[in-house]
Amino acid sequence: MSSSEILARTFVYLLAAVIAVPIAKRVGLGAVLGYILAGALIGPGAMSVTGDVEAVGHVAEFGIVILLFIIGLEVRPQVLWRMRALIFGLGAAQMGAVSLLITLAGIALGLSLVAAWTMSMILAMSSTALVMSSLEERGQRSSVVGRASFGILLFQDMSVIPLFLVVPLLSTAAGMGPQVGGDPGWLHGIEIVGALAAVVVGTGIAVRPLFRFIAASGSRELFTAAALLLVVGVAALMTLVGLSPALGAFIAGMVLGGTEFRQEIESDIEPFRGLLLGLFFITVGAGLDLHLLRYEALAVLSLAIGFMVAKTGAMFVVSRAFRFARLEAVTLAVALAQGGEFAFVFVSFVKPLAILPEHLSRLLPAAVAVSMLLSPLATLLCERIIRYRTAARTGPRPEDPDFSERSDVIVAGFGRFGQIAGRLLQANGHRLSIMDTSLRQIEVVRSFDQMVNFGDATRLDLLRAAGADSAKVLIVAIDDPAQGLKLVETARAAFPHLAILARAFDRRHAYQLLAAGADHVESETYESSLLLGRESLQRLGYRAHRAHRAAALFRMHDRSLFERHRPGKPDEAGFFKASQATVASLAQLLTDDLERERSQRGSDEDWNTTGLYTELIAGKGADPPGEVARTG
Amino acid sequence: MVAHPRLDRSGVNAALLKGLTGDGRVEIHDLYEAYPDYQIDVAAEQARLSRFRVIGLQFPLFWYAMPSLLKEWFDLVWLHGFAYGHGASALVGKHLFCAVSTGGDAGSYRAGGQNGHTIEEFLRPIERTAALCRMQWAAPHVLHDAPRMRGDRLSVAALSYGEYLRERLSGVSE
Repeated sequence: MSSSEILARTFVYLLAAVIAVPIAKRVGLGAVLGYILAGALIGPGAMSVTGDVEAVGHVAEFGIVILLFIIGLEVRPQVLWRMRALIFGLGAAQMGAVSLLITLAGIALGLSLVAAWTMSMILAMSSTALVMSSLEERGQRSSVVGRASFGILLFQDMSVIPLFLVVPLLSTAAGMGPQVGGDPGWLHGIEIVGALAAVVVGTGIAVRPLFRFIAASGSRELFTAAALLLVVGVAALMTLVGLSPALGAFIAGMVLGGTEFRQEIESDIEPFRGLLLGLFFITVGAGLDLHLLRYEALAVLSLAIGFMVAKTGAMFVVSRAFRFARLEAVTLAVALAQGGEFAFVFVSFVKPLAILPEHLSRLLPAAVAVSMLLSPLATLLCERIIRYRTAARTGPRPEDPDFSERSDVIVAGFGRFGQIAGRLLQANGHRLSIMDTSLRQIEVVRSFDQMVNFGDATRLDLLRAAGADSAKVLIVAIDDPAQGLKLVETARAAFPHLAILARAFDRRHAYQLLAAGADHVESETYESSLLLGRESLQRLGYRAHRAHRAAALFRMHDRSLFERHRPGKPDEAGFFKASQATVASLAQLLTDDLERERSQRGSDEDWNTTGLYTELIAGKGADPPGEVARTG
Repeated sequence: MVAHPRLDRSGVNAALLKGLTGDGRVEIHDLYEAYPDYQIDVAAEQARLSRFRVIGLQFPLFWYAMPSLLKEWFDLVWLHGFAYGHGASALVGKHLFCAVSTGGDAGSYRAGGQNGHTIEEFLRPIERTAALCRMQWAAPHVLHDAPRMRGDRLSVAALSYGEYLRERLSGVSE
């Protein structure tokens, strides 16, 4: 392809996406269906402006790799362990049930046992990209259905490994000759284990120092490049040994998920994932063999609908057996009914083995592609029906906190200031989402086994990744006044529900923070300085409680002054002139202190008896005879 | 004035309060929420007292008396020269009442009962305070048996408290 051709193709793809996706979303079809339709429209069957779809498809499949990498980042091994029942129980049951049903159907239609079973395995897989994107689009990633889908998809991805090993053996057994690479089976097995070990150990040991080194250079694009490099490297290694690159990426992501770079990597790679996944769906649409569809429409359609119905039925039974509520079981079964992208790969893999009849191996990819097109429609329909039937019956189920381990409080800046507030919250059992840019700080905190995320909190995407959408409180404790102000502005605009509590450096900064939208400000030195003043009063001979009360009154007095001098507009002339402000506010404070009434005399009036005693001695008498309200 | 250090896990007092919210004539001032550090703003509290004609104190009985912050509030706010003493007229003529919840049942609060005296006896200091400040004292609203007060019994109690309050307010002109 010449460069002008590349540009032209890129233009076509992007244009199709930019036009089709918003329309599809507006109509309520969802982005995934929009991409597929756009692809079908520009594909060889219709307008034929796509060029070599297969080549683009290879690039686009990388979107799935990145998707699983990002999923891996979010899933920590402990979470995976907690989900083991979903993955190995529900996942295996789904594969088993679907495969049994389709194998029987295949035999009934006259296929050999091996061919029918191979077909059932191909069709049992669901599309990770499609299911996860549509779950995400509906905000159901952490819901019961989302978790179950994720477990099943993960099991499917893992079962690809043994499938690649077992199916060629079947063909040997059927006397059609082995075809894998050239290596004997056991050697291939060792290669696989070695590659997996390399991914786990490599990312676990080598990657962290590398990322730390890059992060220290302060260059963002280098960080992105390194993250991409890692994913590409792992994918290449997996392809080399014949494993699913997506699975490798998932494992690499999981290893990196435990490091402090998780959020930064995630948000740096996120745009690639979105674009490439979109591209992938376009190629699915473009890859629809419209010729085959036109002349054997009935065969393709009945195959697609047939296996979707079979999968839905089997999955419904399985999830009911796993005690899912009826509606959840239906949603789950419909969501996973389509064929997966794995089908395209596997059909071409088994072609030389001649396990499947030639005609069937041409029909299958078309049927899977059609099922991908039908699946969002089915989901939509299912959703409509459920919504109609449950209208006004139940609210949304509370999301499971396990999956993404949400926290209520984000602490931006975990230095000398943020730590104290953070520790108080943790001591009371609240999970924190901590963000800090200082690597040394992170190192220290991590050694005490706390979750800290490396990243600049003023970046909206990182803030979102830290959970700002669902958190209740944001503590702004950054060690830099300008950055703190910037964070408050950003957070206020993007997350109106958040209570923003900010650390102020001086009065001017405090007013600026309030003007920027902070809900509460606390001057960083005020309390400790006041306490030293109180301690001094005690050393001067005040009794402890009197000194304490004096400090409390002083604080009240200052608070009311702070409110009184608060400028109506943040840009009020004079106040914010940086050069004068600090001096001016001190002078103002001292003047105010001179005329203060409550801060000094108030403390003397507390528990005061002079007035009463004077009255008693003078013999005017307390109003009621007899008892006196206070006796010294 | 509501004084309950753990209103968050209170059954009875919280339920009684819930019945009051929405009545535009009533302002609820949650003392432990306003002064968690006991640093009472005397001027602000005196201004608040001056603003209202009926002052109610709602609290659970602790050691046969009011909770400590409420006592602190009396000590700091009801000053000589403001609340009582020569020429002090800030509170004169206002109404003062108590709404008390107790852990023991009605039978235990009487002469010869487990607690030996009636609630009225235990509230005598507040009654005398009202007299000293030349305020009008009303018979207290007492809710006995708080630990076993739930469900229908609690709803009935909340209703009767509302009734009690309306009586207090109707005694006041305009």
